[in-house]
Amino acid sequence: MKSLAYFRSVAAKFFRRSQTEREMEEELRSHIQHRAEDLQRSGLDRAEAERRARIEFGSPERFKEECREALGGNFIDTLLQDVHFSFRMLRKSPGFTAVAVLTIAVGIGATTAIFSVVDAALLHPLPYPHPEQLVSIEDDLPGISAQDVGMSEPEWQDLQHSGIFEYVSPTWYDDNNLTGSSKPARVSLLIVAPDYFALLGVNPQMGCGFNPENHTPGFTEEVVISDTMWKRDFASDPQIVGRNVRMDTDLYRIIGVMPPGFQAPGRTTRERNIEIWAATSFYGPPLADQPPRNRRNLPTAIARLRPGLTIAAAQSQVDALVESLQKQFPADYPEQARWRVRLLPLKEIVVGNVRQSLILLLGAVGLVLVIGCANIANLMLARASARGREMAIRQALGAGWKRLMQQLLTESLLLSLIGGIAGLTILFWMRDFLVRLVPESLPRLNNISISWPVLLFALGASLLAGVIFGLVPALQAGRLDLTHVLKMDGRGSTGSRQQSRARRVLVVAEFALSLVLMITASLLLRSFWDLVNVRLGFNPESVLTVKTRLPYPNDPKTDLYATASQQAQFVREILQRNRKLPGVEEAAVGDLGAIPLGHDRDNQNPPVPLILEGHETAANQSPLVDASIVTPGYFHLLGITLRRGRLLNDFDNDKAPGAVVINETMAETYWPNEDPLGKHLKLSSSESSWATVVGIVADARIESLENARISEIYTSVYQNVSRHLAHHLAILLRGHLDTAAIPDQVREQVQSVDPTLPVFGAEMLNDTVSASLAQRRFLMEIVAIFALTALLLTWLGIYGVISYIVSERTHEIGIRLALGAQRRRILQMVLRQGLGLAVTGAVIGLVGALIVSNLMSGLLYGVRPTDPLTFAGVALLLMIVALLACYIPARRAVRVDPIVALREA
Amino acid sequence: MSDEAELLPGTLDLLILKAVSLGPLHGYGVLLRIGQISGQTLLIEQGALYPALFRLVRQGLLTTEWDKSDNNRRAKYYELTRKGRKRLREETEWWNRLAAAVATVLAAEPEGI
Repeated sequence: MKSLAYFRSVAAKFFRRSQTEREMEEELRSHIQHRAEDLQRSGLDRAEAERRARIEFGSPERFKEECREALGGNFIDTLLQDVHFSFRMLRKSPGFTAVAVLTIAVGIGATTAIFSVVDAALLHPLPYPHPEQLVSIEDDLPGISAQDVGMSEPEWQDLQHSGIFEYVSPTWYDDNNLTGSSKPARVSLLIVAPDYFALLGVNPQMGCGFNPENHTPGFTEEVVISDTMWKRDFASDPQIVGRNVRMDTDLYRIIGVMPPGFQAPGRTTRERNIEIWAATSFYGPPLADQPPRNRRNLPTAIARLRPGLTIAAAQSQVDALVESLQKQFPADYPEQARWRVRLLPLKEIVVGNVRQSLILLLGAVGLVLVIGCANIANLMLARASARGREMAIRQALGAGWKRLMQQLLTESLLLSLIGGIAGLTILFWMRDFLVRLVPESLPRLNNISISWPVLLFALGASLLAGVIFGLVPALQAGRLDLTHVLKMDGRGSTGSRQQSRARRVLVVAEFALSLVLMITASLLLRSFWDLVNVRLGFNPESVLTVKTRLPYPNDPKTDLYATASQQAQFVREILQRNRKLPGVEEAAVGDLGAIPLGHDRDNQNPPVPLILEGHETAANQSPLVDASIVTPGYFHLLGITLRRGRLLNDFDNDKAPGAVVINETMAETYWPNEDPLGKHLKLSSSESSWATVVGIVADARIESLENARISEIYTSVYQNVSRHLAHHLAILLRGHLDTAAIPDQVREQVQSVDPTLPVFGAEMLNDTVSASLAQRRFLMEIVAIFALTALLLTWLGIYGVISYIVSERTHEIGIRLALGAQRRRILQMVLRQGLGLAVTGAVIGLVGALIVSNLMSGLLYGVRPTDPLTFAGVALLLMIVALLACYIPARRAVRVDPIVALREA
Repeated sequence: MSDEAELLPGTLDLLILKAVSLGPLHGYGVLLRIGQISGQTLLIEQGALYPALFRLVRQGLLTTEWDKSDNNRRAKYYELTRKGRKRLREETEWWNRLAAAVATVLAAEPEGI
């Protein structure tokens, strides 16, 4: 019942303090005067009357204090008092204050930094209206263990007309050659349905998006471009809408420019940073007029659910639709393939593969903060024993233990807030630098920034930290044994039993937590190490890859590379020219899939169906394998060794029978008990003649560093066995290359053959390999830094506690020595104590580490989450660290001079 | 906490409200009036009066005003508010009920039970 009168009363106390005090003084004086006058009237002389009046009244100071309390708002008063006092105490011990503030600042700064990344990536919804309605559609064929195989055009139509979705749009990531500007450029293109922008609910900043009602066959001759492209390639031309561009020699009209910062919801950086969008109805020239139901041409699709429909409800409707389609078209959906359509929240696609890493980082930095708090709590306990006498006297003078606790908590909260503010300030200063450290591959649909939620998080974390490290000493203060402390008379150290127990518990906890962190870091380090030292199966030294792309115009009449022989001629020409470049010893050409580790899970390089002679199956049931189209020199250039048979050679051309080379995994997978050499196969159901396996090469980690056993099949550029023409070509060069000059030299050579071709993506193969580890390296390095910080803090923690125990027991050690104890025994005794704490902590930590390592098993490579060697090794390392930390105080214990120790006691 | 309040919790506030209800008073006046009405039976420790007065003001039961007293001294006068008058009525009822109940208990005879 806080009434107006209450606030007036409190306001009088705080805002008109001097007036209130004066009036209080006057009122009491007036009372005494009135009383004195009455007494005087009853016959006393004035002086005596005043004396009596004052005695009767009692202590004015006491009543004034009571009046002040009666004015209300006392908590503010005590808080101000406490804060004031805390500041004084903190100033009095600058060393302690500096260490504590610094620890908290680093802890809060680091935790907040990681949180801001987590906040932007995981906690924010996707930046499109009603993001909860957005889903990704994935088709699986679990029967032939194929996942996310894409859908066919008729299936897309079925989904569109199912009534489950408001919009469905296939998304087809592609590159395109942009010509007409100063020099030919490769642009990142996304081919979508006309309702794509309506689906996402985002409008261009200029012009308009595609008309969702546009159902003209083939490609609409309109494109929308990104803000980046508008600024870079068109110098922010305000008249851009309506301008024409040429892509793959076809003419398009720009109808819109997307807003700055707009990103497409994609899995990878490349899929998110789209530069140009083109729309198509996915049938009609240049695409098929009546696309077959069983050819899964559309690699990915996104959709917006009808309003009010949950993903689960939509999923069950989709399941029903899939079932009825299977009944309707049994020939297209063989039962054993078990076709299934899955709806996933779109956000899962964007952040799914970074979630585990980010949570691990946040957990790791949180642990460092907690360990830091434990250390500060330990320092505060040490200070509490030094201040034991102060506390005891205050308690003896009538301060309640609640009041003392409040005071101590105020002190620690003040510390943590100062630390938190310092941490945020550091973070604020370093934010640009830190954001640059975040790897490219992290989705940034939302900007990483120090926003309100992040600030609130920092404040909350600071307060929590303050409570964590303030509570232990505060609770201890409530349990002081007054007589004991006061009897100790000025020597300060109280050494109460509970207090040293609290300190031990803290150290054990620190130990357990840093063990968890150290094991996590070691497992990540071992994974990384194993990957770095993996047998690649190819030699990346002094190899340069450069990409180019042949246009694929909608109008086949303008296609200069429509046939295999046209392409072969181009490739021969390119090779011949590039071999003559300075330093080049070998040159080869391959398609995108032939670049080791240089391609994403990508629809530009889809796996091809494999049909084996004698095991003919319908096209939609055949297994899919990765295929690379290469020139014969490819194997020697990359050092991929021949196991049996022969490599591809120049005689494998369009006049010769088809020849393929397979890798060992493929040989073992498809011909487990036979000799694959001489076996026949087809890589396309429309192909009539069989190709022959002519050679087996060693496995090479072309597709992925992690996976050694992926079936791979190699065919010759000059032969076109797969009836699939490569439009993306990689030129591989080996030799003593001048890395600065060679990309331009290659461009010159390529463009002297065809000046409209873009030449891009020059990269040394070594760099490609190391770039494929960037995200792992980032995670490993950060966790390792955190783990080392934790180790250092723990070392300090155990050192502090053992030193304290030794100083506490100096007297006892003196007696033992005086009674003839051997110094070696004393040393052992101290070390045993330290080791005891370490072992307890290690046991608890090992259990925690087991839980954590199992949760993060998805981030590991080549090492099991329960790897005994790592667990034992790290535990042992921590033991050694503990022993080293104990050794210094133990030495001091041994050097105790019995006489001095006894005299001082 | 003053000794009086410990002896009979709540009664000091009630007495003050009653005294002031008969007309605005300064602190010393409150003391005199309580003594006068009770025939000097209820004596209050003088200083302890003030925290009680401050509390009643904070609760909005009394208002204050500085004025000249009979002795021609400046004094702070206390006056009952509407809320204070209501409270006095409630507290009086409560006190009477309590007193009657206690009286009944004390008057009980063995045969009455």
